[in-house]
Amino acid sequence: MTSRITTWLDSALGKRSRLLIALASLTLLVSFVVPMWHIKMYATQFPDGLELNIYPQRLTGGNEGRDVIEINTLNHYIGMRSLQQQDFAEMRWIPFALGVFILLAFRTAVFGKVGNAVDLLVLFSYFGLFSLGAFYYRLFDYGHHLDPEAPIKVPPFTPPMIGHNKLANFDVYSYPGLGSAAFLLFGTALVVLVWLDWRAKRAVEQARR
Amino acid sequence: MALALLAGCAKGTQSRNARVADVATAARATYVPPGQQDEFYLFYSGGHSGQVYVAGIPSMRHISTIPVFAPYPATGYGFDEDSRRMLGGFTWGDVHHPAPSRTNGDYDGRWLFVNDNANNRVARIDLRDFKTRQILGPIPNSSGNHGSSFTTANTEYALVASRFSIPIPKGTVAPTSRYATDYHGVVSGIKIDSASGTMALDWQIITPPFNWDLASTGREISADWAVWSCYNSERSGGPRLEVSASQRDRDYLAFVNWRRAAEAARAGRGRMIAGARVLDPREVPGLMYLIPLAKSPHGADFSPDGRYVVGSGKLAPFATVYDFEKFLAAVQANDTTGSEDGIPVLRYESVRVAEVPVGLGPLHTQFDNEGYAYTSLFVESAIAKWRLGPFDGHDSALVVSKIPVHYNVGHLVVAGGDARHPVGRYLVSMNKLSHGRHLSVGPSQPESSQLIDITGSGMTMLYEAYTEPEPHYAIIMQANLLHPIEVYPQAENRNPNAIWGPTEARITRAGNVVTVRMMAVRSYFAPNEIEVSQGDSVIVHITNTEQSTDELHGWALAEHNINVVIDPGETKTVAFRANRPGVYPYYCTNFCSAMHQEMQGYLLVRPRGGATTAQLLNRTPAGRRAGG
Repeated sequence: MTSRITTWLDSALGKRSRLLIALASLTLLVSFVVPMWHIKMYATQFPDGLELNIYPQRLTGGNEGRDVIEINTLNHYIGMRSLQQQDFAEMRWIPFALGVFILLAFRTAVFGKVGNAVDLLVLFSYFGLFSLGAFYYRLFDYGHHLDPEAPIKVPPFTPPMIGHNKLANFDVYSYPGLGSAAFLLFGTALVVLVWLDWRAKRAVEQARR
Repeated sequence: MALALLAGCAKGTQSRNARVADVATAARATYVPPGQQDEFYLFYSGGHSGQVYVAGIPSMRHISTIPVFAPYPATGYGFDEDSRRMLGGFTWGDVHHPAPSRTNGDYDGRWLFVNDNANNRVARIDLRDFKTRQILGPIPNSSGNHGSSFTTANTEYALVASRFSIPIPKGTVAPTSRYATDYHGVVSGIKIDSASGTMALDWQIITPPFNWDLASTGREISADWAVWSCYNSERSGGPRLEVSASQRDRDYLAFVNWRRAAEAARAGRGRMIAGARVLDPREVPGLMYLIPLAKSPHGADFSPDGRYVVGSGKLAPFATVYDFEKFLAAVQANDTTGSEDGIPVLRYESVRVAEVPVGLGPLHTQFDNEGYAYTSLFVESAIAKWRLGPFDGHDSALVVSKIPVHYNVGHLVVAGGDARHPVGRYLVSMNKLSHGRHLSVGPSQPESSQLIDITGSGMTMLYEAYTEPEPHYAIIMQANLLHPIEVYPQAENRNPNAIWGPTEARITRAGNVVTVRMMAVRSYFAPNEIEVSQGDSVIVHITNTEQSTDELHGWALAEHNINVVIDPGETKTVAFRANRPGVYPYYCTNFCSAMHQEMQGYLLVRPRGGATTAQLLNRTPAGRRAGG
């Protein structure tokens, strides 16, 4: 790596940037109370829709939790595995990971080096992309590994990750929630603040030459 | 001249149908489009069908039946252990007067109390799940539970009075020629627990052998009082009451101070008869007062503010209005003309303020929110609308409108018509004879109910519906007052025999009693096979583990006369003897899913001394039944 880059990485972040990074990391906590992802299923006999809400640490159903029971009962006809929280191992370590990121953000705020922020940005982006990939894999897995003895035979499918899909008599809509917005906010804040810092320091350097 | 005759005929028909609203207006007023809901609940008494019916207003559509006193296999009522025990060996009852639970005189949507005229019982329906939860009775000493069950302004009591006087305690016999002295009527106060609604008999008042008829409870100044009409003050025990009980020009209204009765009972007054504390008006003054009312009345109704009582004498063409303040003054001044068995008879002229000439055969009066009273006229087959005051001697001017009904109205109901704050707007006329108005269904005919718009100063006929036999009283309640549950939440199910997953299904044996813990869900039963020996007692606890609206499952056992229906989240218990050997299928009777037909199981009853299926297969059981 060039010495210019290492010098930059060793330089200090502005006070405001450090504060913003710390605050932006705290918004991640909102995803524990506001869902990260929503899946809603509508049919003629379910005009109000059946709702699944995905949080980092749990999966809940709408209608005071009864929707997930109903979805599992309906799914057993096509041989789809029952959605049970204990089967989602990621829901045990994602909350831990979020804690790690908040700590790293505060580390960045305290020690204040650009390099801390870049590390955080790279790790968080990896974490985000991996999580999306894992989510997609879950959808693929549940929709493709159907019980061969199921009463109603449907061809293997992948429930939608974003957007709309028609599954038998259901219109399924899947879209990110406010919890994901927090993730996006944090990631964007990191990108913007690091880039602004790079630009500002390059301008100073050019002015000096 | 022929033309004039024809025109006269047409006009006659037209005047009889004169109040049928413009068809489009009436249709729009009563049409509730698919997907939308009615504005009001209409709870009908079912009369001798023993049940309570739920309909909606303004559509008048029947929505559901709440079984109370008769088994109802459609919901399995009377087939599971809890409801069977509640029915107590009776298979019918005569439901006349549903009474709502009240707070400050208004409906509060917690419970309905209904009477059984034939078997002297009172039932409580919980409006949280629309189920009958308690049946009290037969009530000691009281026969013919007709003047019942009327709830006091804050649901302290459900009040009951006997239609048929008998010698008491029950089991005593006396000749009917001694009816006047040896037979007695009884007024009962049934205490209602304010938290649970549980009923218990608290006190009774022994009365002359008058046939106690209909009642109304007071509010505001009359909150501590209830009033009953009676007929047969002639004290006739037969042979033809239609003659002998119609001799006197006036019978009575009885004013009963239920609060004083409760206090006297608490103070230990009166004596115990058949386990009930019975007060005698001769010994406890101030309990009861009588006021004359013409003639063989069938109706006593407090006005919304509790100030007036309207008594309707079915054999006199007028409704009598009594002023409760004047009643209290007459009591204070001891303004009496005599007594009956020690009960003071107050002077009629001192208390009545009007005799409103409503028409022929007045029965029952309810009120709206605009100061009008509505009286049903049985003989005239009409309803009279009249103003509740001012009572300045011009009684006939009070009647503002009349509408013919088809035919022979018994009782009517106005939305909130017996509450402290009536809602008004709609009136339902519950007619006793439908008399060929509908598609002919042979000799046994249903009853007709007609919906009438009562806004403003007139009345407009909107709709005609037909009901099961046979409504007496009804209640119209605003829909937003009730918030029934539609699923029994799993967390609320405290039944120790409830199971929630197929691995919890169990069959256990203790001697010759086999207990099964079963679950039902779309679309299977677990266990789906039960093996017992001939002569075993079998107890099956079935839990419907669904938590979605309308996912009911039934459980019928072929040729064993059993069908229960279990609501989502509910557990029901069925018990029977396996008397005949063989293989009996059981199956889901209430349509639940695409695989409803496949939802079945088998009961195998091994003959006495016969081989088990394991022995038949010549191998040890490999856990084919869930839970072994």
